[in-house]
Amino acid sequence: MMMQIFEYNGSAVVAMVGKNCFAIASDRRLGVQLQTIATDFQRISKIHDRVFLGLSGLATDAQTLYQRLVFRHKLYQLREERDMKPETFANLVSALLYEKRFGPYFCQPVIAGLGDEDKPFICTMDSIGAKELAKDFVVAGTASESLYGACESMFKEDMEPEELFETVSQALLSSVDRDCLSGWGGHVYVV
Amino acid sequence: MVLDSHKLIAASGESGDRVQFTEYIQKNVALYQFRNGIPLTTAAAANFTRGELATALRKVSILNPYFVNILLAGYDKETGPSLYYIDYIATLHKVDKGAFGYGSYFSLSMMDRHYHSGMTVEEAIDLVDKCIMEIRSRLVVAPPNFVIKIVDKDGAREYAWRESVKDAAVASA
Repeated sequence: MMMQIFEYNGSAVVAMVGKNCFAIASDRRLGVQLQTIATDFQRISKIHDRVFLGLSGLATDAQTLYQRLVFRHKLYQLREERDMKPETFANLVSALLYEKRFGPYFCQPVIAGLGDEDKPFICTMDSIGAKELAKDFVVAGTASESLYGACESMFKEDMEPEELFETVSQALLSSVDRDCLSGWGGHVYVV
Repeated sequence: MVLDSHKLIAASGESGDRVQFTEYIQKNVALYQFRNGIPLTTAAAANFTRGELATALRKVSILNPYFVNILLAGYDKETGPSLYYIDYIATLHKVDKGAFGYGSYFSLSMMDRHYHSGMTVEEAIDLVDKCIMEIRSRLVVAPPNFVIKIVDKDGAREYAWRESVKDAAVASA
């Protein structure tokens, strides 16, 4: 179990940038190694109306991390009386992950949000908080290699929301079809 | 075991951890009811259980979990019945059907085939019996006796035994 800790539950998350919008999508399978437990698992959560977080990797750490992040964001909302910007939120996630540098959360988060003037922002990071900003798309999970290929070939600049939805869905579905640990449909959020 | 009047907890795994952990949860659920005058909802109890498992997981900064897999079932007046799958590394998921252990390979398939939402108690017991039959015939290390417990609006209680080895009765928790 230690060797394949990132592949224990199986996951696939992808986020893509469009014209003043973004899309974030994940698969729906929850498994325990090769056994499927559920086909309706939610990997993407809304932090606030303009920031979404997708957590791939070990489901238990994804749930713990999500609870800690919602707590920190609510505290921020109470103190600052406004929502967090996506860049700020990404820094928060990165800091929380690095706090556990020598006993990490086995998750790879994908953060997608709309910043000032509806400028879309996406980023991913590894399990100890090394941020990877991208202008087009980010991927995470057991199907990440397939996702890189699918997104690279299907992505176009400045897609409208409807086209972005189609692109993200097709990229996700075709990638998870080649990965036995993720699949069973997808959840797609377009903002 | 019976967690409170309208909740059941089924636990499998390391025997010491199993008894310790489920009794700990049971007492804390009771404490909440004493302190606050109302019982916890099933979702709240499930999240509390997950939280305890998650905390224990990282207590010495390395994987040190309670080796107990849990299925928590409950009935709430507002939301009806619900079932929660909580594995030993604190993965929580609300499910319609669940199973743990070697028998799960057979039970889950049986339930995938025959389960539909809105089943009556008779249909459900029938499905449980089908699963028990599968386990008895297909599992080499099948246990001989089974107990069926049920939760509904009238509470949590033992429903029936399926014994193939009649032995001296075991005291239940």
